[in-house]
Amino acid sequence: MASPAIALHQVDKIYANGMVALQGLTLAVQPGEFVSLVGPSGCGKSTVLRLMAGLGDVSGGVIEGPAAGDRALAFVFQEAALMPWATVVENVHLPLKLQGKSLRASRSPIQAALNRVALQGFEQSYPRQLSGGMKMRVSIARALVTNPSLLLMDEPFGALDEMSRSRLNRDLLNLWEQYHWTVVFVTHNIYEAVYLSNRVLVMAAHPGRLVAEVAIDAPHPRDEAFRTSPLFNHYCREIAHHLAAGETATDMRTTTPPSPAVLP
Amino acid sequence: MTVKSPPPSLGTDVSRSEGAIAAPTQNRLRALWHPDVIAPIIVGVMALALWEGAVQLFNVPPYLLPGPILVWQTLLTEWPDLFRSLMVTLQITVVAFLLATVSGLLLAVLFTQSKWIERSFFPYAVILQTTPIVAIAPLIIIWFQDSTFVALVICAWIVAFFPIVSNTTLGLNSADHTLQNLFHLYGASRWQTLWHLRLPSAMPYFLGGLRISGGLALIGAVVAEFVAGTGGARSGIAYQILMSSYNLQIPRMFAALAMTTVLGVLIFVGLTWLSNRLLRHWHESAVRREN
Ligand SMILES: Nc1ncnc2c1ncn2[C@@H]1O[C@H](COP(=O)(O)OP(=O)(O)OP(=O)(O)O)[C@@H](O)[C@H]1O
Ligand SMILES: [Mg+2]
Repeated sequence: MASPAIALHQVDKIYANGMVALQGLTLAVQPGEFVSLVGPSGCGKSTVLRLMAGLGDVSGGVIEGPAAGDRALAFVFQEAALMPWATVVENVHLPLKLQGKSLRASRSPIQAALNRVALQGFEQSYPRQLSGGMKMRVSIARALVTNPSLLLMDEPFGALDEMSRSRLNRDLLNLWEQYHWTVVFVTHNIYEAVYLSNRVLVMAAHPGRLVAEVAIDAPHPRDEAFRTSPLFNHYCREIAHHLAAGETATDMRTTTPPSPAVLP
Repeated sequence: MTVKSPPPSLGTDVSRSEGAIAAPTQNRLRALWHPDVIAPIIVGVMALALWEGAVQLFNVPPYLLPGPILVWQTLLTEWPDLFRSLMVTLQITVVAFLLATVSGLLLAVLFTQSKWIERSFFPYAVILQTTPIVAIAPLIIIWFQDSTFVALVICAWIVAFFPIVSNTTLGLNSADHTLQNLFHLYGASRWQTLWHLRLPSAMPYFLGGLRISGGLALIGAVVAEFVAGTGGARSGIAYQILMSSYNLQIPRMFAALAMTTVLGVLIFVGLTWLSNRLLRHWHESAVRREN
């Protein structure tokens, strides 16, 4: 097998306040793979993604992957994180600007990225003039503008309504099928994870750890019919089961009053 | 056989509309009738009328309290003298204000570049601010005997520069954390982060500091002129106020006072306008709300 796009070996993360966010996490993502991380709130999904991106240091273990500043990497944060003083075009231009490319020289990649998220016509709008879903799409366009090969997405559709979410899911999958990025996708939503992924990693909290790994063996392109198929339901049930088992295990560990600083 | 499909895109069924929302056309004449304008004018006119009425009714002598009409007449006759003095004060104010703006901004940037610089120097900025200017103005005027102008500018600068430093420092430090991460991810240099992220984030705070400092620079200049008294070669508006009160020309004193106040208001209004203009596209304080 080719060397992984990104790999974590026995990674621990302990925050300054003593919170053990991750313990002994080992995982690898292959090039071109779409991997989802699911787990309860606070189990360390965002932490994993941030460490993968080189934001913050591990407390133990090793990460192999692109360093911060690597042009292959793009990150979509849980919130849109747009610069309110800049127009849509200027926001999408940012990664290129930081590479020293002028707006004039970046016109065509910016336009291409905006087209991919269907935001043509809003180039000169300011973030406050956009809806929540549109802001998120600007954020995605900003991630796509550098043509990244590794895309880290932290609940990008978490704040959206069900209709926008499923539409963006479908469109993201289309893009992935065409461009074959490596994607690590964090979500609370089991259906979203199953629909999008090659592989779903299930996490549990306190401390954050992997409890299961479910390969989704369904062919691409995946259509709407897949979302209602028995196979889809089977995977969703399986992941729900792993999540519940993870919660129970967490509860067993914390029979004494929970203290984040105590290692089990 | 391959079927060429259009490139996939996210959220394709979005309705298009022009991106820029046209600024609502504003009827300037109608704006004058806005309650924000008309209400304070009514209050002001009523107060002046009451004042004039009381002065006339009780026959208050003008050296105790001149009526507004007399003040207005004095203002017109004394205009050349008073206006020249006001311009001297304005000059001091403007120079001190510009110095405060530049030094405040630079110092704030320096503070945010190194925690150690901030730790070491910020307390002294505070000390400079909390020392009463009336108490140190005589010293400064003695030190700069050769040029009263420089002394007065320094006094006004001391009063004006702190709000800019403290506000801008706060602004530079409150750049959105996620955006800071994003800049780091894309390998932004320190300078790029400062220029493209921290400074724009600090803009509203900086402009807020300017609005406070503009008025303070004027107050600082006037106070320092008071302390300098009649010693200075160039006479600012405070000198006129002082001389008028010595000579019991109370209407003239009121006229000079009114001019100073109007100048202060003009400075504030001008800086507010500037702030709204620079922030109108994005900051809550300047954005026209539609809900
Ligand atoms: N900067 C920080 N300092 C201290 N503790 C932190 C910090 N960031 C996260 N944590 C803790 O680490 C744990 C994991 O946080 P993380 O944000 O990775 O969770 P998450 O799985 O992304 O949750 P959610 O689904 O709610 O976004 C949490 O218990 C949280 O309290
Ligand atoms: Mg999170």
